[in-house]
Amino acid sequence: MIRFLLSRFFQGLVVILAVITITFALSRLLPGGPIQSEKNSSPEAIAAQRAYLGLDKPWYAQLGLQIAHYAMLDLPESFHFKGRGVDEIIASGFPVSGAVGLTALAIALGLGVPLGAFAALRPNTLEDRASMLAATLGICTPSMILGPVIAMLLGLKLRWFNASGWFDPSDVLMPALTLGIIYSAQIARLTRGSLRETLSQEFVRTARAKGASETSVVFLHALKLACLPVLNFLGPAAAGLLTGSIVVESVFQLPGLGQFFIASAINRDMNLAIGISVFYATLIVGFNLLVDILQAWLNPRIRLHA
Amino acid sequence: MSDSSQQSLSPMQAAWRRFCRHRINLIAFWFLIALVAVCLIGPSLSPYAQDAQDLELKATNISPQHLLGTDTLGRDMLTRVLKGGQVSLAVGLLATFVAACIGVTYGLISGLAGGRIDAAMMRLVDILYAFPFINFVILLMVVFGRHFWLIFVAIGAVEWLTMARVVRGQVLALKNLEFVTAAKASGAGFWHIVLKHLLPNVIGPVIIYASLTVPGVMLLEATLSFLGLGIQPPNASWGVLLGDGSQVMQTYPWLLVYPGLFFSSTLLALNILGDGLRDAFDPKSAAQE
Repeated sequence: MIRFLLSRFFQGLVVILAVITITFALSRLLPGGPIQSEKNSSPEAIAAQRAYLGLDKPWYAQLGLQIAHYAMLDLPESFHFKGRGVDEIIASGFPVSGAVGLTALAIALGLGVPLGAFAALRPNTLEDRASMLAATLGICTPSMILGPVIAMLLGLKLRWFNASGWFDPSDVLMPALTLGIIYSAQIARLTRGSLRETLSQEFVRTARAKGASETSVVFLHALKLACLPVLNFLGPAAAGLLTGSIVVESVFQLPGLGQFFIASAINRDMNLAIGISVFYATLIVGFNLLVDILQAWLNPRIRLHA
Repeated sequence: MSDSSQQSLSPMQAAWRRFCRHRINLIAFWFLIALVAVCLIGPSLSPYAQDAQDLELKATNISPQHLLGTDTLGRDMLTRVLKGGQVSLAVGLLATFVAACIGVTYGLISGLAGGRIDAAMMRLVDILYAFPFINFVILLMVVFGRHFWLIFVAIGAVEWLTMARVVRGQVLALKNLEFVTAAKASGAGFWHIVLKHLLPNVIGPVIIYASLTVPGVMLLEATLSFLGLGIQPPNASWGVLLGDGSQVMQTYPWLLVYPGLFFSSTLLALNILGDGLRDAFDPKSAAQE
């Protein structure tokens, strides 16, 4: 198991290095350089500036330097937001996005797994069909429709929450609900499929044969194994939550990381875009590693072999 | 098995028959045909241009003159929704086609090459999987500016990954089967085997997976346009209309609701169609009969 996790850890490291390399290659495609705008500088000043930024070195040395900077969390200044380091911007935006994302994940699991299990235990009944129809509807209602609808109903009509902005702790709920409902739909479909498959397997029949109660068969034996596809889905879901959180941050006007990311595209702010990209990639790699650990812990095939 | 007319069906026909057995699949199928027809023909029948403004009228709800009302600039919503539908559907189909071409080529090469080349090519796919779509789009836009064609590049570049895996798996399973060995033994060339024996067997899963990719691609386009990074106004796509509508939903909720209904029902129909095709072609469901 240790070997399995170590190999996954190194794979993740390779991914992060690859992302830094890809972004580095893209940044060299940009026309002009970071010091071209200062037109009246003397050649000596430009040379000094280039040396200061490391631009006089060959490209592989620059790439190495960039990786070293990222490893020491020493990120450059944003082109557009003058005087603010990229690390500073990430530190100010991420708590908002992270709070929304984690709450959404909790809502997605809290709604999706019970709904899927409920449907799987009543195959081909009206309840099964109804909950799966609800799940399909959830998949077909993207966050840019559901978000405004939730803001309108809960924020403006019922006045339970502020319709937009980031002032109270409760402001996390409407954005998280938007994302959570959408992902709960996919989780419900996955849970239903895999629980039905697990319930037809032999070890479940054995458990029934030795007289285990239905509750213990479902919850102790089957559900644990049936959760594996759901767990696997959480990796891609984390990437989806990032994209989705950019949309809900825009709908609910939250000062999250996504807003800065979009601003970096509009202002063509390379440093900020690279910084946030690498940060997102690291986040996803870390999350996938966490999923791998949980999987190794839940799945006897991985725990005992590899 | 006892029925001789069943045996004479080709796998394609049998799958089509299984697909048609569920009424909901057929409803989704005809809904999409009708939608495409209306989006293609509708705007040319409409008396309004999609960007013709009527600033005195501004936003109105449904009326005999404007069947879906008008937006804040007095533009006819029905025309805009149908025009936007053209763009959204075109992006969905074209970007899926781009992704399918890249994915099939990559998967074929990887599966045929095998060994180290295959392993290296699949590692690259794994690495790109960890790279979120939105990162890719935003980096491309920082480098090249906001261009319409970048949508295709970005979506095509992300969505081919699963396609490549599907095709590679198929090729690995097929290339050592007897009929391929027989073709090789009888002197068939490399391209003959690829084009006549492998590709036809790979195309089924590719079509099924592509039909499941289209709604995902349309969602990506809508997300980008909603965020102001995709289709630029005054051109419309469903994402642009949803973005405009969500900004004024407090006063004119129908500007969000009508395009939303079109978009959601299309996604629903596409998902039903994709699921139906997958189930119909699934050997497991064939065996159950």
